[in-house]
Amino acid sequence: PWLLVLLILLCWSVTDTKRVNETWGNPARATQDDPHHQTNSTGHKKAFPVLSFHYEEVKKPLEISLWILLALLMKLGFHIIPRVSNVVPESCLLIFVGLLVGGIIKAIGGEAPGLDAKLFFYYLLPPIILDAGYFLPIRPFTENLGTILVFAVVGTLWNAFFIGGMMYGVLDLLSCLLFGSIISAVDPVAVLAVFEEIHINELLHILVFGESLLNDAVTVVLYHLFKEFAHAGTVTVADAFLGVVCFFVVSLGGIMVGAIYGILGAFTSRFTAHTRVIEPLFVFLYSYMAYLSAEVFHLSGIMSLIACGVVMRPYVEANISHKSYTTIKYFLKMWSSVSETLIFIFLGVSTVAGPHAWNWTFVIVTVILCLVSRVLGVIGLTYIINKFRIVKLTKKDQFIVAYGGLRGAIAFSLGFLLTDSDMKNLFLTAIITVIFFTVFVQGMTIRPLVELLAVKKKKESKGSINEEIHTQFLDHLLTGIEDICGHYGHHHWKDKLNRFNKAYVKRWLIRGERSTEPQLISFYNKMEMKQAMMLVESGSAAKLPTIVSSVSMQNIQTKGPARRRAIPSISKSREEEIRKILRANLQKTRQRLRSYSRHDLLIDPFEDVSEVRFRKQRVEMERRMSHYLTVPAKSQETPPVRKVCFESEHQIYTYDDSESPRGSAQASRPHPSSPDAVSLLDESPQRPSQRGALRTRGDAEVRAKAPDDKEEQDQLKLSRCLSDPGPKKDEEEDGSFLS
Amino acid sequence: MLLVIEHKFFPFKKKREQMCMAVNLETEILFMLLPINNVQQFLNLSKHVLYCSVCFMIMDFLLSHYSRENLENIPALANNPIRRQIIGAFFDKRNQHQNEVGSFEEIGFEQFLMVMSHFRPPTLKTTEEERETMRKEKLRFLFNMHDTDNDGTITLEEYRKAVEELLSKSGAIGQEAAKAIADAAMLEVASTNVPHMAPDDFYEGITFEHFEQILKGLEMESRMHIRFLDVDTTTMHCGRSTS
Repeated sequence: PWLLVLLILLCWSVTDTKRVNETWGNPARATQDDPHHQTNSTGHKKAFPVLSFHYEEVKKPLEISLWILLALLMKLGFHIIPRVSNVVPESCLLIFVGLLVGGIIKAIGGEAPGLDAKLFFYYLLPPIILDAGYFLPIRPFTENLGTILVFAVVGTLWNAFFIGGMMYGVLDLLSCLLFGSIISAVDPVAVLAVFEEIHINELLHILVFGESLLNDAVTVVLYHLFKEFAHAGTVTVADAFLGVVCFFVVSLGGIMVGAIYGILGAFTSRFTAHTRVIEPLFVFLYSYMAYLSAEVFHLSGIMSLIACGVVMRPYVEANISHKSYTTIKYFLKMWSSVSETLIFIFLGVSTVAGPHAWNWTFVIVTVILCLVSRVLGVIGLTYIINKFRIVKLTKKDQFIVAYGGLRGAIAFSLGFLLTDSDMKNLFLTAIITVIFFTVFVQGMTIRPLVELLAVKKKKESKGSINEEIHTQFLDHLLTGIEDICGHYGHHHWKDKLNRFNKAYVKRWLIRGERSTEPQLISFYNKMEMKQAMMLVESGSAAKLPTIVSSVSMQNIQTKGPARRRAIPSISKSREEEIRKILRANLQKTRQRLRSYSRHDLLIDPFEDVSEVRFRKQRVEMERRMSHYLTVPAKSQETPPVRKVCFESEHQIYTYDDSESPRGSAQASRPHPSSPDAVSLLDESPQRPSQRGALRTRGDAEVRAKAPDDKEEQDQLKLSRCLSDPGPKKDEEEDGSFLS
Repeated sequence: MLLVIEHKFFPFKKKREQMCMAVNLETEILFMLLPINNVQQFLNLSKHVLYCSVCFMIMDFLLSHYSRENLENIPALANNPIRRQIIGAFFDKRNQHQNEVGSFEEIGFEQFLMVMSHFRPPTLKTTEEERETMRKEKLRFLFNMHDTDNDGTITLEEYRKAVEELLSKSGAIGQEAAKAIADAAMLEVASTNVPHMAPDDFYEGITFEHFEQILKGLEMESRMHIRFLDVDTTTMHCGRSTS
């Protein structure tokens, strides 16, 4: 019901605009001064208005907000209805909503706003591209760069000329080629929207997506080229040659502009240590400037934006705080999500709004030709590409790549920018039809097809430190082998680039010690950070999806002489200290100090329910923390959780000599603590059964033994850190650190 | 002993040519294209013909052997953090697939090629079993690089050393962190492969099966390869035959 109200409000506001200054939508519409304000100025002095209605003053922002709110409410609505969103991709639903809204507006009699090209290119498109570029997975992208470039450049050229050429009969050649160039480009927005939901494997995703990003240069060149010549009427060889040159200028220029802004952004972030709050803004603004600067010269804005994001990211991430990183991530996701939604809705509205020139043959032929040319292009190019690839593209892969060639709003906007009116309507109609066809038909059917063909899905891999170690190891190994053979291959140059990066670039762009931090350590730190965050969150009863594993440090460390069951020698004073802490912090539970020590044990066979829960959580925490290894803290900022809680725990748990000094809150314990630690974790045979019991998600079970005091202390420390009072209903299984 | 490559894609020849290329281990590559009759001469020289995806051979290398110093003197390797392990791998008898252990003092061309054959890429025609075998072979190679004492497992000490080597070019930061990273990695292997260990159990070390398991996401058969020039790798295969 509220949706309906909103819709009505929106439509009313839109129709209202006809009577007043129209700034939204089609700029060609005539504007006139509103007559309302005149009426009150004549005559006598009126009484002071206590409450008056000044809609016009806030009209523009209100409209914008209403549109965005509508878009987001629609998006929300779809996800509440799970059945629909499983079958139909979101983009289809949004277009449908746009159609509805447009229909309503038209029915009311107002003029629906079309998808203004300026709005699209300057406000709606950049967030999406920046989001894509900033989070572009670099490794698969660079590994497949050759393939992606071939598809993007040669594929798009082939599409454009094929479609344009085949349509020669309908219109004159140049217009056809112009049309071909508009319709041939695969659209990143549509591809993102559809592929996001089907979760195919990384390779295919990056192929189609990379192609959609990089074909922008080709599109820009072809579009401008044919637009110019459509007026001139003829194309000479010199023009064609200039076109080729233009292509290189456009793409390389775009990339260079982006790279420059990226480096500027990285350099700026070096100095933001004291003004953390504005860090994200630098990232956004530099990227946007890169886009706009490229657009000034008619270079490829998309490539510039991608280059900026890619160049900036590693350095910026090393410099900014964790919060800023999260902010950047979420803002980008948010903006791109809103933009995407708005784009699709506007597509729907424009369909209803725009003037149409429906020509059956033209449209049908266009659709068929698009499909045919795409399939032919992909097959032909793959045949050639496979000769140079190591991991060949199978027929299934080719099918998905061909089927994933969706057209979208960029094509529409480019068509919109055309000035020739009768052609324009014809083209627009055809473009819209193609877009609808690809988004609806292909978008809806790609998911079942992926299932049917059993295409490899994206593997859900959490970061694995072993994989990272071995990836690095392999890199060095292969570089070494290439060096031995004297062969200057792929790895050799990559290694050279990395060393150049490390020696010069990082030093300039990254602040402080982190400039010399090797990648493996950064990765490790990131994982620790993630684990710390997860641990903090789990303290507030979030569920962690982890594998049950009872392996902890003690299982892999050579205990040496301590392998046998050692008699612990925890000092009395320490024990007393622990008891005091326990007493102070545990709520309403009976204190039990479990230690397998020479001292008396206070074994109480009857437990509290809360105690059991408490113990469960304690054991989990203990397990997690025993997996928790910290790299000695450097001057970089780390969340306080890390410093206070875990390092002190780690003191206890290390079996090695603590040669690395840790600035922990507690005084570093002397070496005799090691056998302590060993013994504390050495358990009686009941422990495994306890753990076994813990693993059954059940209600409280009576346990014979409680875990020892160390865990209680851990728990306390943790609860103090998290400022969480007492036991929680934390029934999840624990997990090992990294699996 | 000879390396023969059938090069189908050679641009200017119409039919399949056999060509040999040569490499000088110490300095740089020399390339020599030998027409077929010369190759026949070579074939007559030795009893073993080794086909391999790596196509390097030197004229006098046939007669000489290389020791560790020769390899260590390669200037380009100086920047490589794991250079000792790479060189060690060439001299490791386990990589020769003849069920021997220990290490050579000197290697000849045959041993060199055998090691290089671990870096073949798979082709479109490689079947699934062949891929599996390839992957095992490559993983075995990596495993041998880590398992220096050849007891069949990578113990914590060995893994630590490996990570330390990897970070050896990163100065003090690297060394401190290496131990922690190695420990965490070991823990990860243990918890993925043997999730339910009693606290008294001791995880001896990473066995080959565990190693395979932990790295199965990396698709080793496609990653661990060297692409030499633009020779068409589809026509290369590795095997041994006497002629």
